[in-house]
Amino acid sequence: MTGYLLRRLGYALVILLAVNLLTFALFFVVNSPDDMARMQLGSKRVTPEAIERWKQEKGYDKPRWYNPDASGIERLTSTIFFEKSVRLFLFEFGNDVDGRSIRGEILDRAGPSLALAVPVFFVGLALNVTFALAMALFRASVLDLWGVVVCIALMSISSLFYIISGQYLVSKAFALVPISGFSGGWDALRFLALPILVGVGAGIGSGTRFYRTLFLEEMGRDYVRTARAKGLAEMTVMFRHVLRNALIPILTGVVAVIPTLFMGSLIAESFFGIPGLGSYTIDAIQSQDFSVVRSMVYLGSVLYIVGLVLTDISYTLVDPRVRFE
Amino acid sequence: MSTLQPLSIHSRRGRRCRAGAGARLFTAWRLLSVAFACLLLTGCDGLWNDPYPANERGTNILYSSFVDRPKTLDPARAYTEDEWAFIQQIYLPPLQYHYLKRPYELVPNGAAQMPQVRYFDARGQALPQGAPQQDVAWSEYEIHIRPGMRFSPHPAFATDAAGQTRFLDLSPAVVRQHRTLADFEATGTREVTAEDYIYQIRRLAHPRLTSPIFGHIAHYIEGLDTLGERLATDYARKVAEYQAAHGKADPGYPWVDLREYALPGVTLVDRYTYRIRVRGVYPQFVYWLAMPFFAPMAVEAERFYAQRGMNDGRNLTLDWYPVGSGPYMLAVNNPNSRMVLQRNPNFHGETYPAEGAPGDEAAGLLADAGKPIPFIDRVVFSREKESIPLWNKFLQGYYDRSGIASDTFDQAVSVGFEGQASLTDEMRAKGIRLQTSVATSTFYLAFNFLDPVVGGQADAARRLRQALSIAVDWEEYISIFANGRGIAGMGPLPPGIFGFTEGEAGLNRTVYDWVDGKPRRKPIETARRLLAEAGYPDGRDAKTGAPLVLYLDTVSRGPESKSVLDWYRRQFAKLDIQLEVRLTDWNRFQEKIRQGRTQLFFLGWNADYPDPENFMFLLYGPQSRAQGGGENAANYRNTGYDALFKRMQAMANGPERQAVITDMVHLLQDDAPWIWGFHPKDYSLVHAWVHNLKPSKMGQNGLKYLRVDAGRRDERRSDWNQPVRWPLVALSIAVLGSLLLARRAWRRRERRVGRTDGEILARRDAGGGGA
Repeated sequence: MTGYLLRRLGYALVILLAVNLLTFALFFVVNSPDDMARMQLGSKRVTPEAIERWKQEKGYDKPRWYNPDASGIERLTSTIFFEKSVRLFLFEFGNDVDGRSIRGEILDRAGPSLALAVPVFFVGLALNVTFALAMALFRASVLDLWGVVVCIALMSISSLFYIISGQYLVSKAFALVPISGFSGGWDALRFLALPILVGVGAGIGSGTRFYRTLFLEEMGRDYVRTARAKGLAEMTVMFRHVLRNALIPILTGVVAVIPTLFMGSLIAESFFGIPGLGSYTIDAIQSQDFSVVRSMVYLGSVLYIVGLVLTDISYTLVDPRVRFE
Repeated sequence: MSTLQPLSIHSRRGRRCRAGAGARLFTAWRLLSVAFACLLLTGCDGLWNDPYPANERGTNILYSSFVDRPKTLDPARAYTEDEWAFIQQIYLPPLQYHYLKRPYELVPNGAAQMPQVRYFDARGQALPQGAPQQDVAWSEYEIHIRPGMRFSPHPAFATDAAGQTRFLDLSPAVVRQHRTLADFEATGTREVTAEDYIYQIRRLAHPRLTSPIFGHIAHYIEGLDTLGERLATDYARKVAEYQAAHGKADPGYPWVDLREYALPGVTLVDRYTYRIRVRGVYPQFVYWLAMPFFAPMAVEAERFYAQRGMNDGRNLTLDWYPVGSGPYMLAVNNPNSRMVLQRNPNFHGETYPAEGAPGDEAAGLLADAGKPIPFIDRVVFSREKESIPLWNKFLQGYYDRSGIASDTFDQAVSVGFEGQASLTDEMRAKGIRLQTSVATSTFYLAFNFLDPVVGGQADAARRLRQALSIAVDWEEYISIFANGRGIAGMGPLPPGIFGFTEGEAGLNRTVYDWVDGKPRRKPIETARRLLAEAGYPDGRDAKTGAPLVLYLDTVSRGPESKSVLDWYRRQFAKLDIQLEVRLTDWNRFQEKIRQGRTQLFFLGWNADYPDPENFMFLLYGPQSRAQGGGENAANYRNTGYDALFKRMQAMANGPERQAVITDMVHLLQDDAPWIWGFHPKDYSLVHAWVHNLKPSKMGQNGLKYLRVDAGRRDERRSDWNQPVRWPLVALSIAVLGSLLLARRAWRRRERRVGRTDGEILARRDAGGGGA
């Protein structure tokens, strides 16, 4: 297992370097350091000297990839790419263009993001699997038919509609929870109840359909027929055999996503006023803050790679046939 | 019968399983009931949807919102409304705008009286007031500040028993023990002096701060540009030394004591008096003195935040923790979610104005005249990035005031046949008030004067611009896209700015006729005639016969923008001119304008200060964006206009200045470098429990004048937000019912499977194939 993990770590470093290169290239195809300076300094009374000063102060006055005026290795190291990217590998994110610590921002925002994303994910997963099992159990019945119809209807509705109608009904018409906002401690539950409800509700249609398909596929296999022929109760067949054997595809889709929950939700956080990481990247792209963009892309890549490794490890737990060798 | 044996096993296991599931179901239901009961009980002590802590009920707090987080709260750097909404309450520049009087009028703020201005010639000889502009080499502003003003409590001022500062020489290790300002055990204060005002002016030249006004103001204040150059050199050296000592990755920076640097244009007279020397005559300088750029800054505050470790992941900087002497101080600083201003206990004291504009007394705006301000103890700003939650919370009473987004306009306002706006019945029933004001802004469609087709002073190009000015119907635009919130422009000056002329006298006779006491856009035939005179009869080049195609550069995208762009095309199509829209992103758009590679583009301008110079300079030749990097994005150049501008700029408001402005506006109306667009009207809503609110586009320090009736607010919130419990009961019944139905369906299914198998076996037995 150690050898496997070291090998994956090596792959990860190459992937992260490529992600960094790509992020840098794409960002600076669209924006130049001058554009960044103008965005930060505003559109009024900005002089070329002010732009030069800003670039110098923020370290964007150097060449992007190669510095012909430098000597030796500094031709590569005295560049924007090197100076802004290499420290990411040590998780030193630096400051954003407003001078705020990116690490501090991430730490501050991760809590609210996780407070929303984790319950939505796990409650949603439990409900989706439960409904999918129920529909598979009552397969080809009226219940299954209507279940599928409802799932397709739920899938067809925009998540924005769930948010707006949820806020209108639950918070405005029924006045049961605050429309938006956030608070620390147990008081956060009042603010999170509706976003969690909406998040779970918006995902039920697609989630249930997906897991139902997995379960039906498993139910058609020989071992299930054998289990039934042995006279096992249908509930036992479903939970002890079908569910366990469907875990591999479930884990493939689920475990890789768990670390990325940290990254938050874009739309929900904006509408519900949750100060999480979801909108941080979007805000940074809009304000052309490369420091934040590269940090968040890098972090997302790291978390995704961690998720994939965890997925591989989880396979060995649910399927004894899987070995790292 | 041996084949029946497995069925019986099946049945027994099924019962065990069902019994277990039933127990779990019962347990789950009990837990659900307990949680539900808890939820009901916790909600009994107040309103369930109240986003604020229960202990804030009935307290003297104003609730407001913000959309975009401020980029900085440093008064040398902040230059947007998002930022000034906070720091104008915290910092105290020498001057401010009178809260009630219109047109806008400057009055003392941190200054004890209005600045005295003296003029000098090149030899330093004093000149009399009203001396010819060309004789004046320097203007000197002498500012007396109020004695007794004190900074808000801050650790930077804390001293020990011996009178030594406690937190200005901390080691990085000690600094890192403090995560927030509240972690410092003590605070202190001291009196604001003229030195603090001078120190802030020096800060404008600091290369680390990149003050947005440095380039402009250094042109006027004597020695500020030289100071900037010296600081740039010295600071670069200090940064190199700092990085050599602590490494490039260290987020700290070296502190530069700006008191060591000479600034000949700003001199200290005594503890409460200082002078600023400005090149030539620049009457608009006093408006800058009403901005936070000129507020006092304590050197201790700069020194405190420059200590190594302060910016190491803690954001302990002047950008985020201001140190002012205004009526409020920042108590909670979370720009991602919540900002809270709290009454500054050291505020020197001020009273509500006793005079106002006509109509203010009848509107109740003078009821608190002479009373000490601020009235409100705390102001809570919550971040709302989306308009729908913001609007709904306003309707629930959780925000005290709100703007009106276009998608909620019809719900809030009804517009009569004559264009008059009034509140809808729903708003009136809630006691909400509507406040309207014309913004000191202008939006326009500009022609690039460097373009060979639409630009320049050639007669053909002028007639083409005039024809298009008639064809583009801004009244229709305002009606369709702005819900009637705006007035069509006759020139660059919006109402409320000196020089704006109402009625027939201010009519743009190139575009309008005066008919029945109202302006009426000239008929499209007039525009067609002008177009033909320009050499494009029926929209075709008279020489080549080629259709006239014009290009509009824009960053507008999305479905809403598409309808606006289609509208533009229709306006041009009235003259059979094809309009090609070139979509681009903001960066490329700005680049094209800087390089003068556009033909037509849409821009706007919000006034920095209420002086016609602040609008007229947008068309001043030397300000050409492409040729001089200035604010004249149309690159308009007319020597006559430029000469008048130079005269007008230095004049005091009066009939003579009005006459010059009128001449300038007539020149512009004839040259038509812009299609004079519109001046937007601001509509805002305010709840009945908020008093003394008068919209102001200039002074953003108005929070100190507001008063709220917290008791009345609590009553109305309670009326509007009683929780409706039946959906919870219905939902619980639905969940329980679904579980019961599922259980019943499952049992029926099991029974049905059993019978079916039995029947199959029975048939098999009957068929002679039995075991």
